[in-house]
Amino acid sequence: MILALTRRIFAGIVTLLLVYTATFVMVVSIPGNPFQSGDRNMPREAQQALRARYHMDNNWTFYAEYLTGAIHLDFGPAFTYSDWTCNQIIASSLPVSMLLGLLAILIALLVGLPLGVLGAVHRDNPIDFLGLFIVILGISIPTFVTGTAALTLFCVYLKWFPVGGWGTLRHLPLPALTLSLPFIAYIARLTRGSMIDTLHSDFIRTARAKGLAERTVIWKHALRVAFLPVLSYLGPATAQAMTGSFVVEKVFGVPGLGQHFVNAALNRDAGLILATVLVFSAVLIALNLLVDLLYSVIDPRIRGAL
Amino acid sequence: MITVTLALAATLALRRSHPVRWTLTIASIALLGLLTLAALATIPWTLSMMNVQQLDDAVRHAPSAAPVLSLETLTHADDSPSIVTRALHDVSSWMGHDDLGRSVLFRLLPAVVISLGIGFAAAGIAVVIGVLFGAIAALTGGLTDRLMMRLVDVLYSLPYVLTVILLKIALTKPLTALLGGESAIANLVILLVAISGVSWLTMARVVRGQVLSLKEQPFVEAARAAGAGWTHILRRHIVPNLVGPVTVYAALVVPQAIMQEAFLSFLGIGVQPPTPSLGRLASDGVDAVNTFVGYWWLIVFPCAALVLILAALNFIGDTLRDAVDPRAKSVMM
Repeated sequence: MILALTRRIFAGIVTLLLVYTATFVMVVSIPGNPFQSGDRNMPREAQQALRARYHMDNNWTFYAEYLTGAIHLDFGPAFTYSDWTCNQIIASSLPVSMLLGLLAILIALLVGLPLGVLGAVHRDNPIDFLGLFIVILGISIPTFVTGTAALTLFCVYLKWFPVGGWGTLRHLPLPALTLSLPFIAYIARLTRGSMIDTLHSDFIRTARAKGLAERTVIWKHALRVAFLPVLSYLGPATAQAMTGSFVVEKVFGVPGLGQHFVNAALNRDAGLILATVLVFSAVLIALNLLVDLLYSVIDPRIRGAL
Repeated sequence: MITVTLALAATLALRRSHPVRWTLTIASIALLGLLTLAALATIPWTLSMMNVQQLDDAVRHAPSAAPVLSLETLTHADDSPSIVTRALHDVSSWMGHDDLGRSVLFRLLPAVVISLGIGFAAAGIAVVIGVLFGAIAALTGGLTDRLMMRLVDVLYSLPYVLTVILLKIALTKPLTALLGGESAIANLVILLVAISGVSWLTMARVVRGQVLSLKEQPFVEAARAAGAGWTHILRRHIVPNLVGPVTVYAALVVPQAIMQEAFLSFLGIGVQPPTPSLGRLASDGVDAVNTFVGYWWLIVFPCAALVLILAALNFIGDTLRDAVDPRAKSVMM
């Protein structure tokens, strides 16, 4: 167990290094840099001096310097936000995104799981088609449309929630709900599929033959097994939700991390791009590891294999 | 062409489906077909009219004019402009005009063509790259396989949005030069390559898994024992068994790519104005509603078109998956 865990952590570090290298290659190969901004460019000498100051004049030294910093959890200055370091940006925005993302995933589980189970149990009945309808809508409406619609209805007309911003509990529900819609759809779909599979397996027949209540069979015996594919989906899904969504943040004015992925890329801000990618990948790898640990808790057969 | 193939595949898939799913799938195919047909048939007029600012009397003097459902000019017995011009004049205000006085309907129709084009082209590119990559990885095996799939893993663990944006920035200069600086076309191609640059990853994984498991199947072993060459095994056994899963994933890439384009348009780096796309129109509509509440037609029509098309595509994809997925098949029995 300890050995398997150590091996997984080591593999995660290797992946992080590869992700860093891949991003680095992309970042240095795109034209432009954070010190030129279209029309108003600094003199060449000033650009050169700035690049030298941030060790960007030589790709090899930049690669090594940044990596050394990142290992010490120091992601250096953000080039396009002159008074901020990448660490400060992440420290101020990551907790916001994590709170919102966790809440969204929680909502998605609470709604998506029952929706999927009901769809599987009442297969090809009106309930199933209602679920399918919700799922199709959930993945077909862009978040900027649902977000704006919710904002207009609940904040502008009904005045139930503040129009935007962040800081109080009343700022939470709408962005979290908007963010959770696509996840609800995927979780419901996954649950339905694997639940249909599970309901046909032998141990369910045994459980029914024993005379267990149908409720216990479905929600306790079957769901425990049917949940496994959902669990594997939850790793990447939670990582995605916790590192922020640009659209939800823009629509509701939430100061999360998602906007920095987009802005860093649009500004060619090498330091911030690398910092956000490393944070995202680290969260993703950690969550995938956690998912695999949970897997062995739920499914005793693979315990120890990891 | 691709639409026809997809429709045929879906019809085949329908034989074993529930009547409600059957009806909804047929409705989805019909909706897509009708919309595509309408959009394609009107291209000769819409292409020349989509960027025309109609600021004359008939648009009721103001830009962002509300929809007017009438045939007033057409039936008005005046012989000065031709009958087509008068009809177009009426039709142009059926969905209102935007803040620059352009007809929403005449922008929506080419937008349907452009968005569906992006979706199907992205799916096509994803199929070509994904199938080649996955099949080569699975067939060569060993170190090459591990290196290739490691690359896919690494690309997978990059944030999606960032990869698309970086790809788009990186490709803009070389591709614009390659296409002779034809900016509107070049922009569409760059967007397409950037979107498909990410969507082939799942395809590669699916194809590799499928080929790996097919390679070990008894019928492949039997064919090899009977002295069949690799080209024969590939053509007769591997490729036919790949068609199902590849079609399913290709069908799912189409709405995904359209959604990606909508998202990039919302960021302002999708299709460049004045070229319309469903995402561009929808996000423009969202912006307009934020600033001048009341211009409902700017958001309702584009969003409805976008959501209907995506829902139809997703539904067809779902039906296909239901029919082709071997696990779903075993459930049927």
